[in-house]
Amino acid sequence: MTFDARILQLGEALRAEGVAIGTSELNDAFAALEQVPWEVPVDFRAALSATLAKSPEDRRVFDLVFERFFFRAAEEQALRHEVREGGEDGITGGERIELDNLREQLLQAIRDGDDAAMRDLARLAIAAFGRRGEGSGVLGVDVQRIRRALGLRSEPGGPVQEDSSEPLPRLTREQIRRFEAHLRRELERAQIERTQALPPSRPLTELDRALPTGPLQDLAAVHRVVAQLKRRLATQGHEVRGRKRHAHVDVRRTMRASLQTGGVPVVLKYRPRRPRRPELYVLCDVSTSVTSASVFFLSVLHALHDAFRKMRSFVFVERISEVTDVFERERSFRAASEAISKDAGVADVSGYTDYGRVWNEFLAQVQDDLHPRATVIVLGDARTNGRDPRADVFARIAAHAGRTFWLNPEPRLYWNYGDSVIATYERYCEAYECWTTRQLEDFVKALTRPQFA
Amino acid sequence: MTSAVPASVDDVAAGLRAAGYLPGESTALVSYLAARLGKPVLVEGPAGVGKTELAKALSRYLGRTLVRLQCYEGLDEAKALYEWNYRKQLLRIQAEADGTGWDAVQDDIFGEEFLLSRPLMQAIATEEPVVLLIDEIDKTDQEFEAMLLELLSDFQITIPELGRIEARTHPVVLLTSNNTRELTEALKRRCLYLWLDYPSTEHELEIVRLHAPELAETTARKLVEVVQQVRELDLKKPPSIAESIDWARALLLLGADDIDQDVFRETMSIIVKHRTDLDTVAERVGVRLGATA
Repeated sequence: MTFDARILQLGEALRAEGVAIGTSELNDAFAALEQVPWEVPVDFRAALSATLAKSPEDRRVFDLVFERFFFRAAEEQALRHEVREGGEDGITGGERIELDNLREQLLQAIRDGDDAAMRDLARLAIAAFGRRGEGSGVLGVDVQRIRRALGLRSEPGGPVQEDSSEPLPRLTREQIRRFEAHLRRELERAQIERTQALPPSRPLTELDRALPTGPLQDLAAVHRVVAQLKRRLATQGHEVRGRKRHAHVDVRRTMRASLQTGGVPVVLKYRPRRPRRPELYVLCDVSTSVTSASVFFLSVLHALHDAFRKMRSFVFVERISEVTDVFERERSFRAASEAISKDAGVADVSGYTDYGRVWNEFLAQVQDDLHPRATVIVLGDARTNGRDPRADVFARIAAHAGRTFWLNPEPRLYWNYGDSVIATYERYCEAYECWTTRQLEDFVKALTRPQFA
Repeated sequence: MTSAVPASVDDVAAGLRAAGYLPGESTALVSYLAARLGKPVLVEGPAGVGKTELAKALSRYLGRTLVRLQCYEGLDEAKALYEWNYRKQLLRIQAEADGTGWDAVQDDIFGEEFLLSRPLMQAIATEEPVVLLIDEIDKTDQEFEAMLLELLSDFQITIPELGRIEARTHPVVLLTSNNTRELTEALKRRCLYLWLDYPSTEHELEIVRLHAPELAETTARKLVEVVQQVRELDLKKPPSIAESIDWARALLLLGADDIDQDVFRETMSIIVKHRTDLDTVAERVGVRLGATA
């Protein structure tokens, strides 16, 4: 197989993992490889990642796929040409490896970050402890067994200044992880040599990708829908007001236009009506009754923050808490949701939603800022746990704001059963069923329908 | 100073070093590719890892002028690309003798003479190639990104009255982003991507030593290790490289030759800048340092 085809295959493998790679990216990759000495592994990899993986998330996936891909490619070739590492006799045979000596060298190699040495030593370690053919069959288990046998322990919290009288100098977790990666590769290689076949390739697990996991939230999909939502909100209402001329004459533009007529201002230019910056207030229920949905809601919030500059978000259970700054600070969704669950301070004693109190607090916080151009979106199940819904306060919020929407994570079938009081609120707002991205899309479409208010 | 295209990755690395910037593993490579392929580079990473600094160092190394466009919300093409100097156009018309035909005036006042060029226009119109830095692109609206596309892929700007203005020279373009919002695919497609992260201990030590050479090696090492520990905590704003350098300089000024609890408590505010963060850091890192010797 040619070199070019290999790169294309790598592109395919990345696409299969959801990295958006277009033809232009691949062209760039080839152009970059022409400039870079591709025999140098570090440069080769950096050139590919600079052209193919263009976000932190993609970069992570790229690293994982790159490792796997070229490891498999090399092994495949080795199998085809029946190249063996000669480990059978070379390592297990003759010389007994002295454990202390091995450990010593290993520590040195790990501390120096010497990959080649680590690789060799990993092979030695496998030979020493691997009990060839008796491995547990699960790579992860074997890796940990060998690591323990070598007495490698990481020190929690990284390297600190400590007196070096300790018998076994500690290593950082990162250093250990690197060695483990080598162990794993060598174990896998040995396995492939034994079985003479490549294990079937598996897609990356969700855990590996470190993207939020769960049943409904395809974060990218949510982001896409929210981008749509932004455009809809920005243009909504224009058709209602019609194309009235704006009263302000734009002097600068009038003068500039007058140049067409020899400096005589024949045509008056008006200051364009700025497209409205939609102002969003989003309230998100994070109580236990919506646990499964709140991850989805938080990802919606997160996506909204990407799209809107003027946006304030709140989470509530019994009380309300503004989390705008959390989302502005945290780029990563996971970090944001962790920060919110940790220090939002919205649950009091019971952990049950108290809508009445929430409305009051919300109104107190934002009453002065609410105006007819603002849009309020509530994400919640409208289950009051028997408390007073205080629909009158909600009505005041809705009256202050331009438009009010309610997104309910429950199927419409369950609305108004038990303690759900969505009907009381629905009089003042437009309520939508919303627990998948498809429904979110429906909501966005509904936004474009003309409004009679 | 070489204004030619660099010959190899090592050249770039050495050049950046000479310009006072210690490039990380892929930084030199991506810069080299940018110069060779003539593609813009999108640099992302946390605040204060030297994204803007890289552009400055590149301009010093390549011996090119740095043209900088600081992005902000509401930045539009009149401020980024070009604008017609209508005052001058008016004067031109009024100064016109009566006999001149309309056509002549018409052609005249929409000439390059009446064009006010803004940073992006300047960057491609100059005789000497420049380094163009578009800083904090994530601060602008998505609409502005769309406007950049023509410039970034073809190095040209279309002005309705004048037609297409093509670049006389190819600038090296760097776009930085603090990753506060996802940039559009279209923009990313046109760029090489460089992710700058906080450096490793050794690398940061080198950087600190470069900027504060008088600081004792052991103190510098300890300083960097403390900063790295602080970064591992869950802070509102983790300390940046710039702040480690500031701290190193502050220690020099104070004449401190070791970082113990007292020194740390007094100077902590240089690297940690949030009320709540200060408490966390004092609690988690401060106590681990030795007491005053």
